[in-house]
Amino acid sequence: MTERRTLLAGISALILGSLAGLSIAAAAEPIKIGDVNSYTGLPAFTIPYRNGWQMALAEINAAGGVLGRPLEVVSYDDGGKPEEAVTRAQQLLSQDHAVLLMGTFFSNIGLAVSSFAAQNKVFFMAAEPLTDAVTWEKGNRYTFRLRPNTYMQTAMLAEEAAKLPAKRWATVAPNYEYGTSGVADFKKLLAAKRPDIEWVAEQWPAFGKIDAGATVEALAAAKPEAIYNVLFGGDLSKFVREGNTRGLFQGRAVASLLTGEPEYIDPLKDETPKGWIVTGYPWYDIKMPAHEKFLKAYMAKYNDHPRMGSVVGYNTMLAVAAVIRKAAATDTEKLIKAAEGLKLATPIGEITFRAIDHQSTMGTYVGKTDVRQGEGVMVDWHYADGANYLPSDAEVKKMRPAE
Amino acid sequence: MSFLFVQFLTGLTAASSLFLVASGLSLIFGVTRVVNFAHGSFYMLGAYIAYSLATRLAGPLGFWAAVLLAALAVGVLGAVMEALILRRIYQGPELFPLLATFAVVLIAQDAALAIWGPEDLLGPRLPGLKGAARVFGRAFPAYDLVLVALGPLVLGGLWLLFHRTRWGTLVRAATQDREMVEALGVRQTSLFTAVFFLGACLAGLGGAVQLPREAVNLHMDLNTVTEAFVVVVVGGMGSIAGAFLAACLIAELNAFGILVFPQITLVLTFLVMAAVLVLRPWGLMGRPDVALRAPAAALEPPLGSGSRRARLFLYGAAALLLLLPLVAGDYGLVVLTEIMVLALFAASLHFIMGPGGLVSFGHAAYFGLGAYGAALAIRHLDFAMAPALLAAPLLAAAGALLFGWFSVRLSGVYFAMLTLAFAQIAWSGASQWLSFTGGDNGILGVWPSRFFADKLAFYYLALVLCGGSILLLRRLIAAPFGYTLRAARDSPLRADAIGIDVRRHQWLAFVVAGLLAGIAGGTYAFSKGSVFPTVLSISNSVDALVMVLLGGLQSLAGPLIGAALFTGLLEEIAPLTDYWRAIVGAIILVLVIVFPRGLAGFARARPRRFRGAEEEP
Repeated sequence: MTERRTLLAGISALILGSLAGLSIAAAAEPIKIGDVNSYTGLPAFTIPYRNGWQMALAEINAAGGVLGRPLEVVSYDDGGKPEEAVTRAQQLLSQDHAVLLMGTFFSNIGLAVSSFAAQNKVFFMAAEPLTDAVTWEKGNRYTFRLRPNTYMQTAMLAEEAAKLPAKRWATVAPNYEYGTSGVADFKKLLAAKRPDIEWVAEQWPAFGKIDAGATVEALAAAKPEAIYNVLFGGDLSKFVREGNTRGLFQGRAVASLLTGEPEYIDPLKDETPKGWIVTGYPWYDIKMPAHEKFLKAYMAKYNDHPRMGSVVGYNTMLAVAAVIRKAAATDTEKLIKAAEGLKLATPIGEITFRAIDHQSTMGTYVGKTDVRQGEGVMVDWHYADGANYLPSDAEVKKMRPAE
Repeated sequence: MSFLFVQFLTGLTAASSLFLVASGLSLIFGVTRVVNFAHGSFYMLGAYIAYSLATRLAGPLGFWAAVLLAALAVGVLGAVMEALILRRIYQGPELFPLLATFAVVLIAQDAALAIWGPEDLLGPRLPGLKGAARVFGRAFPAYDLVLVALGPLVLGGLWLLFHRTRWGTLVRAATQDREMVEALGVRQTSLFTAVFFLGACLAGLGGAVQLPREAVNLHMDLNTVTEAFVVVVVGGMGSIAGAFLAACLIAELNAFGILVFPQITLVLTFLVMAAVLVLRPWGLMGRPDVALRAPAAALEPPLGSGSRRARLFLYGAAALLLLLPLVAGDYGLVVLTEIMVLALFAASLHFIMGPGGLVSFGHAAYFGLGAYGAALAIRHLDFAMAPALLAAPLLAAAGALLFGWFSVRLSGVYFAMLTLAFAQIAWSGASQWLSFTGGDNGILGVWPSRFFADKLAFYYLALVLCGGSILLLRRLIAAPFGYTLRAARDSPLRADAIGIDVRRHQWLAFVVAGLLAGIAGGTYAFSKGSVFPTVLSISNSVDALVMVLLGGLQSLAGPLIGAALFTGLLEEIAPLTDYWRAIVGAIILVLVIVFPRGLAGFARARPRRFRGAEEEP
């Protein structure tokens, strides 16, 4: 009975969709998904994220939706404030009757919504926040996270950094949680592989307010052989300009978190320093068929190339749809059960949501920076599967609070 | 040795940039007394406009043409803002222009986003000066040498302008005593517009010359404006030379400070500001005796201790707040709870701002300390909800006791900036003391007990706590303590002469306001379930200011109306469009121009004006 209805709805959606060129027109009531993100707080990253999930949403609904019903996303802006995000989450639940929540970029907002999800017993797919705490120290059974966390991305860099001959390392990172944990993880992981390493300097410019010249000079004065950088955005471009002019990067290896992501490397253009070891997203060179299809569709729809956020948004929507499809229901307990261990094919490879900590094994690309036709790019890159850069199960169990 | 010299030069580069922005801000404040929040926006727009021009004009000449044109364009924007908006509200309460400039900040942010897009834009470098110069054998960006020279050059130019031209003399005279200048027959309107033009020009120039140094981005405005405020206050409001000195001091301290304590970048400037204000309340080169007479319109009639209208309003509001939840859904209850909390937050700020006459730019400190008080009690002491709610006002009051003692020694803008510095210090404490406060990741799981987890129960709890506190504030204002405060505000000298210890009363009022803000903060923490350093942030302090000013300073109902209106505006408009900030900004502008005494003030003044009209022959 239900199956037949599902089928009928699916067919009618398909026919209507292809006839009218519209994505949804099914008679069935849509399944509502709640999305909250910092669309005005950090548009450079969150608008591509929104483009990503909107494209996936259109594709899913064009293919008949989920459980015979179209998906509908109600999306709100949190203005970059965790308190605001909690109110929006409440609105999504009580007023819009969303069956689950997704989104968030900033770590503290991800944590605030994850705590809200646990309190209100609602499924939450954290899309972009990087802090390890979302799935580990402050993890809870209602929260899943898609993007590889700080620890995983740092581990990928540390693996490459350990191969360098450099012994004297300096670090520079923004003075807040992402920066401090990015440096702490790196130091721990690199020291485990290379006991001979010496840490000669560290700089902690305030986020968004770097005094780049002074920071560059202070780093140079310590005469490091290699530098580990966690700066991004406006701070990064200032740091790169000063470092280039003052010769900080000459003859020094640099390992740099996230710098290869188009969000951060694109603005640097021909001033992109060459040879940095970075994590990122070389969309221009990925030859996998799944990714080529994604790229083509994205360029056609938005007349712009995808950013890392686009992939995260796209995958988040795919993941949410897959969870509901597998659960064959929309109640929270069934969603959680379905999501644990869920395998999902994405444009950048297959990922799994681990049952043990609800972290996905989505990886990222590791490579070196270079300049090609006046644009910053990644070369010699490879895809690092997140599954290979996670701590042991015993360590994870120790970090996650008991339930 | 060569390293230290290069570091010194680097500091001077930063100082020049800071000075360009701060000098304009100082100039505008000195002459017009407007605390211009939009100054950071001028800086940002200068950078964006220069970017657009410089990518089109070629060569070194093209670059400098782009910089100059950008500065002039921003100057024109400043003059337009003055002539179209600010000129209409000078006669209103002293701080009203601040609200208008805040609205301009919101509009400028969205305008920049719409025109230049969300991505950072790395502008071209200055042709011919792309590389490094050799300074004692070390590489130093050649362009930075130009900047090092630009600061003193502009300072010299301004000095000549102010000391060798008639216009400059008038500006200096207006800085010292603008009523006197007006009485002598100088047209204020054109003087003010010109000053805004020059001030905005300087900010635009400051932004434009950053082009070869950093990527133009949407966060430049707020990142710059606080720093510029610090420089202006440390140097002395209205003093250009002071701004230069302070810019050098802060930039050099920063350049050398990071060599010794790299972690301190977050607070260093605010520590310096707090220290300077405590030791030299008028800044390094400011003068204590700047004549400041309250404009006639600001002298409000004494508050009635409960007219029939006021009582009616009170009963109506109480009935509404008691009955509304019966029809509001779960989400409506959440919004109502938030309005109650923010109303108390605003009312507590209003208490020191209105009757107390002390404008705080850092009231979020006590709201935030309250939130942290509750959260810390749960995290470290395993408190239940009730005792944790008690811990909230205690921590807030303790903070207010300490910070207030220093702050009430100052007045006016200096008081405002010291409270801002303390709030900033509390904020960085919360984000840095990882083991105690959880840092930026905050304290999670601050949820109400089972009984109050129900939205309706929690709303009534908030209503009792916050509504009760607001009633208490009303009572306090009408009590002898309130009269004493107002006496001290309206005439500190006379109050002193009749034996009132002005400072002690202000200190006490500060603590009361802090304590009640703490109650609001504690309730807020339980309504959100987690506490982050953002509760202590500048933007939270500004929100409170906006609510108070929207409602009107000289009215007891003001903060309530302001909080309801501000929350309601965001509620209704934010989901509609990505550009909700611009719309909110535009609405605030309209409100400011149409109701220059705040909404509640308008309601109070209206009948009287009609009466006045009838009495005319």
